[in-house]
Amino acid sequence: MKTSKKKVENEARRDFLKQSSVLSALVLSPGKAVQDPKWDEKVAAPFEKVALKLEVNGVKHNLSVEPRTTLLDLLREQLHLTGTKKGCDFGQCGACTVHSDGQRVNSCLTLAVTEDGKKITTIEGISKGDDLHPMQEAFIKHDGFQCGYCTPGQIMSGIACIREGHADTEDEIREYMSGNICRCGAYPNIVDAIMEVKKGGQTV
Amino acid sequence: MKNKDEKIGGRMSRVDAVLKVTGGATYFAEYEVPNLTYGVLVPSTITRGRIKNIDTKKAESAPGVLVVLTHVNAPKVPAYEAKEPSKTSSGRGPGMMAFHNDEIHFNGQPIAMVVADTFERATYAASLVKAEYQEQKHQTDLKANLAKGNVPKTNKSLQDYQRGEKDAYKTAPVNLEEEYVLPSEVHNPMELHGILAQWDGPDKLTVYAKTQGVKMTQQVIAETFKLPKENVQVHSQFVGGAFGMSLRVWPHEIATILAAKKVNRPVKLVITRNEMFTIAGYRPHTHQKIGIGATKDGKIVGISHWANVQNSNYEEFTEATVAMTKFMYQIPNVNTTYRVVPLDICSPIPMRGPGEATGAFALESAIDELSYALDVDPIELRIMNYPEKDPERDLPWSSNYVREAYKMGADKIGWSNRSNQPKAKMEDGMWVGYGMATGTFGAHRRPATARACLNANGTLLVQSAASDIGPGTGTAMVQIAADVMGIPANRIKFELGESNLPDAPIQGGSATVASVGSAVHEACIELRQKLVELSGNALKNAKVDTLVYEDGKINSPKDRSASITYAEVLKRNNLPKLEVTKESKLSEDQQKKFAMYSFSVHFVKVHVHPTTGVVKVKHAVALADAGTIVNHKTASSQMMGGAVGGIGMALTEEAVIDHRFGRYVNNNFADYHVPVNADVPEVDVLFVDKKDPYTTPMGSKGLGEIAIIGMAPAIANAVYNATGKRIRELPITPDKLI
Repeated sequence: MKTSKKKVENEARRDFLKQSSVLSALVLSPGKAVQDPKWDEKVAAPFEKVALKLEVNGVKHNLSVEPRTTLLDLLREQLHLTGTKKGCDFGQCGACTVHSDGQRVNSCLTLAVTEDGKKITTIEGISKGDDLHPMQEAFIKHDGFQCGYCTPGQIMSGIACIREGHADTEDEIREYMSGNICRCGAYPNIVDAIMEVKKGGQTV
Repeated sequence: MKNKDEKIGGRMSRVDAVLKVTGGATYFAEYEVPNLTYGVLVPSTITRGRIKNIDTKKAESAPGVLVVLTHVNAPKVPAYEAKEPSKTSSGRGPGMMAFHNDEIHFNGQPIAMVVADTFERATYAASLVKAEYQEQKHQTDLKANLAKGNVPKTNKSLQDYQRGEKDAYKTAPVNLEEEYVLPSEVHNPMELHGILAQWDGPDKLTVYAKTQGVKMTQQVIAETFKLPKENVQVHSQFVGGAFGMSLRVWPHEIATILAAKKVNRPVKLVITRNEMFTIAGYRPHTHQKIGIGATKDGKIVGISHWANVQNSNYEEFTEATVAMTKFMYQIPNVNTTYRVVPLDICSPIPMRGPGEATGAFALESAIDELSYALDVDPIELRIMNYPEKDPERDLPWSSNYVREAYKMGADKIGWSNRSNQPKAKMEDGMWVGYGMATGTFGAHRRPATARACLNANGTLLVQSAASDIGPGTGTAMVQIAADVMGIPANRIKFELGESNLPDAPIQGGSATVASVGSAVHEACIELRQKLVELSGNALKNAKVDTLVYEDGKINSPKDRSASITYAEVLKRNNLPKLEVTKESKLSEDQQKKFAMYSFSVHFVKVHVHPTTGVVKVKHAVALADAGTIVNHKTASSQMMGGAVGGIGMALTEEAVIDHRFGRYVNNNFADYHVPVNADVPEVDVLFVDKKDPYTTPMGSKGLGEIAIIGMAPAIANAVYNATGKRIRELPITPDKLI
């Protein structure tokens, strides 16, 4: 059973390689190497994966990722920056909000490869050592969360909301924070937190 | 202790706040486990029938795929082989056996799990699994199947109830009979459900779970796989919301454990948002009818309440939909009827304010309707029919300050601005309406055990296998310990969410502070007593009941020199630590003597657009009679969150099934509308904050459920006040008002 399954895997891999015109010459001249599944993977990797340079929270990464990998899954599953959350994977909840070159984006709707050369900031990157970012302080003070799962996204969005100039009134904050769902219902406290940071006038 | 906020009744910030705002809180899917693999489910595309054939070849040969698990090749589950009920002894088992046979009970039921070395590869390969079915006719429409309702077999308290004369409302001078419909709603916590499972040996298992009870999850898994309990380790320190949906072990959790066995590597399953609707429970679609009758001067003489509740076809789910009707008002003649309607859909599971939130929509709408029929203020009508004792069991209330709450809320919302005539006021071009409603839920307390361990340096470690799905369990426990021991909060640590800690009940039914908090309280009291006993002559024979515990010391207020630090007590006795483990429960005697309930009152002011019918909640006031409030900051957030949930219930939330296919059509956040920031106004939270003398040593009663119960009818009542239109089928979408 196990051997036959391996065989199927190899055949499928070769099917893939045959579809790749660049590799067709290599594959059409069968050699021992192509029959070795490990080698097979190695050959396939450069074609399945794309080089990606990314700066995340000030740390430079030279990566190789599949084009279908989202920025969110790259952060969580490969870079182990799990502060950025997956709430829907459809761009409908905002839990995955990060900053790309300072702008808020839904990282679940962002293919990682489209961010080549960009600076990504996640929730792990906004405090300075033990000194929390003013928005983090304000969320604690106003109890802008309960379960905490949407919180990183809310904070990243809240910071962007002020930077964008969309935090002048409570109603404006409510509108521009409506892409970030909080099922625990901490919205009024979130508005209070953002309003306080805005009024504090610090650079965010 | 100088900091008042750290005592019971304070406003201490959450003990886990820094972890939550920095991304440092670790939820189940975020544990770094070597050799991790990823599971992705394949859903059934039919609603009822059998799998004729399942073709997994293409998926199996896709890159990175380790296994495609189906009913054909799944490892045997010991409990299922023994044909034992899959619910397990706790009643919190999966209910349906994952990958056990070819039966399809509902659309979206997992028929396979693809496991691969990356999430992307597993997701792609899952799209390659194809099944052929033998399809049978399905039923998913509650309205079309109301006649098929069954008397519940599993819950005696929901069998037909009668007090006094049956249907007495019919002969009352003023009466009405109306139907109230609640659609199916979905919990939708922000964190997706799932599990990470790893076998540490042939009979040892570690899981990282999204659960409302680590002990519950441990017990269910141990029973299902016939393992000794201690061989199953469950970790669940942070849970990204649940609202009831994690009160059982779901079939896909068992499936993941099977997959981990099959590939002999850890497997992580994170279900999709679509699957959160189809395979992880919901608040059941419920048809209710209320008949209510009163004398002309407003004494309610009779009420009848019928409820027909959506269910699955493979087990029975019940919730206390008709319970509140039996005791909330002084009514001599009451009868209730509860029926479960089996349909081809996943089982429901308790959702915040289970049963009562649904029932309160009917009851509290009907009371409001009666007030207009009688031309009396709805608050006055409620006060007129206030029960001095619990009329269901003829017991005194342990505490009931609902009348005080009515007054506080009326003052805060500006009730005096309300007209008793509907459609009487406009403001900024909008119809203005005021509404209110009451909620209640049992003040439950379950047995719980806490361990309190004082270390040589005077720090305190408190432990219990409690859960925290968001309310702030750890924060409340630290506060209770700080208050009793007189140790600063930053020198106390509370550990939860691990199955190897002392027993704690599930986090459900608003019982965590009452249950675990009481255990922490009692453990700390006993620890104090031990310290006094070990203090030698340091306290100079001061009377024990005069001692004060503050700043990590025992002091005698009468004699300043009679004082000793806890650390010194340990040192003098050569003790590296001093530990107390204490089980706490409410005596049965006490439970039989009193009717113990929490109460809430919700007030709202709404604007309704005269042309478009859009309803906007302009101001909400949420009040709780929940005894002593342990932490005003976190409790306020909990009440506020319930009010927000109630806004969704009233105005936007409805899980829609296309009955031709038996499939949800709006199972995502773009089409199923939970409230967003712009939907939510200023919410004022008020507490009666009066100690309940009988429930817990802190005087507290539960809060989580009552926070939502009554909010939806308060909004429906305000909409009637604004427009003269009574909407009896939620949600109140604009099309129903124009």
